[in-house]
Amino acid sequence: MYNQPLPDPSLVACPHCDTLQRMPDLSPGESARCTRCDEELRRHHKDSLQRTLALTLAASILYIVANAVPMLGLQVVGRQAFTTVIGGAEHLWNAGWQSVGILVLFTAVVAPGLQIGFMLAILIGSLRKRPPRWVGTFLRYYRKITTWSMIEVMILGVLVALIKIADYAKVVPGISLYVLGALIFIIAAIESSFDPQDIWERVKWADAPSRRAVNPITEVTR
Amino acid sequence: MSAAVSTALQQGLHSCRTCGLLSRPAHGEVEGRCPRCDEALAFRKPAALQRTWAFLIAAAVCYIPANVLPVLTTTTAAGAESDTILQGVILLWSPTGWPLSLIVLIASIMIPIGKIIALAFLLISVQQGSIKSNEQRVRLYGMVEFIGRWSMVDVFVDTYTASLVQLQPLMAVEPSAGLVFFAAVVVLTMLAAQSFDPRLIWDPESEQEVRHA
Repeated sequence: MYNQPLPDPSLVACPHCDTLQRMPDLSPGESARCTRCDEELRRHHKDSLQRTLALTLAASILYIVANAVPMLGLQVVGRQAFTTVIGGAEHLWNAGWQSVGILVLFTAVVAPGLQIGFMLAILIGSLRKRPPRWVGTFLRYYRKITTWSMIEVMILGVLVALIKIADYAKVVPGISLYVLGALIFIIAAIESSFDPQDIWERVKWADAPSRRAVNPITEVTR
Repeated sequence: MSAAVSTALQQGLHSCRTCGLLSRPAHGEVEGRCPRCDEALAFRKPAALQRTWAFLIAAAVCYIPANVLPVLTTTTAAGAESDTILQGVILLWSPTGWPLSLIVLIASIMIPIGKIIALAFLLISVQQGSIKSNEQRVRLYGMVEFIGRWSMVDVFVDTYTASLVQLQPLMAVEPSAGLVFFAAVVVLTMLAAQSFDPRLIWDPESEQEVRHA
């Protein structure tokens, strides 16, 4: 059963300490902190949608390249071997460690892919004045999937592995490793330029009738 | 104006942790759905303490085999040799390699045990109704949530070492049972952190403020 929204949409509760307070109107670049526990409640980003969209398009291209080409190779006494990002998970699966293989596949390939894909869908849908309902659904699952997207952790792991192996064989970093290195910074930039609250304020509500009950003024100004 | 604050809980309001909307549940209901984003709502995460304890105890149990059992087995012409996480750290330790050794030591041994201790401390302090250093405790929780993912480093190290070093009959590296337990520790501590509700840290003080007001 849907809850009733409050007549005043500027009233919020701090997610860290639950204190009720009024959210001031923020100019681009400004942020608001909780009156009691001092945690940041919201940051208003400048030109968020366009910047994040540009970054996300770049991220999707890098993601595809990173998963299509070899990540690291090895040369020892005239023999060569190489592996891709997915190759690591595949090897675990074939060696009988399916549970860890699935975890690696999920955190290194599936979750980052969903993260970028969801973000692309959210941003394209939000180009409209009143983003459709599915934008809200993607946005709701975006946070949950991001926790499990661990490209930066994987890169650190790969670098450690690379140096370990370098003791007894010649290691050859693949193109994918450099691409993933760039992707980490782009994902970090997406996270810092994205303003979910801006989209929540415009998106079509799950319970459409209650939306009309709340502050019709915002509808006009948007 | 009085210094006393009012919380969403005291006003009978649900605060959506996904989209931030405040809303009022139907009369007499304790649960509901967010009219904006469709998320299931409750005043606090359901059974937060029990669920966090359950994941945490499971993680603590897995932490032992994760450190005692070998995570990698290296097979060479000279025979097979198995290494635990700690042995891996020691192997990496060299005049040039020590920073990496330190990263693995921190990410694989210190972070998991630190997370288990920090969450246990938060749970116990909440259950005792502590009102001391609330800001610091919320910050500690934020750190546990933020840092947790980095424990996965060793899983990736072992995965890519094993998938690359397949030079039979010269040398082959394969994962061992310890890796499964170690991966379980990482996932379980992350789930434990997600089940906890930081608003519980502030609840005892909010109640006191109401009583004094």
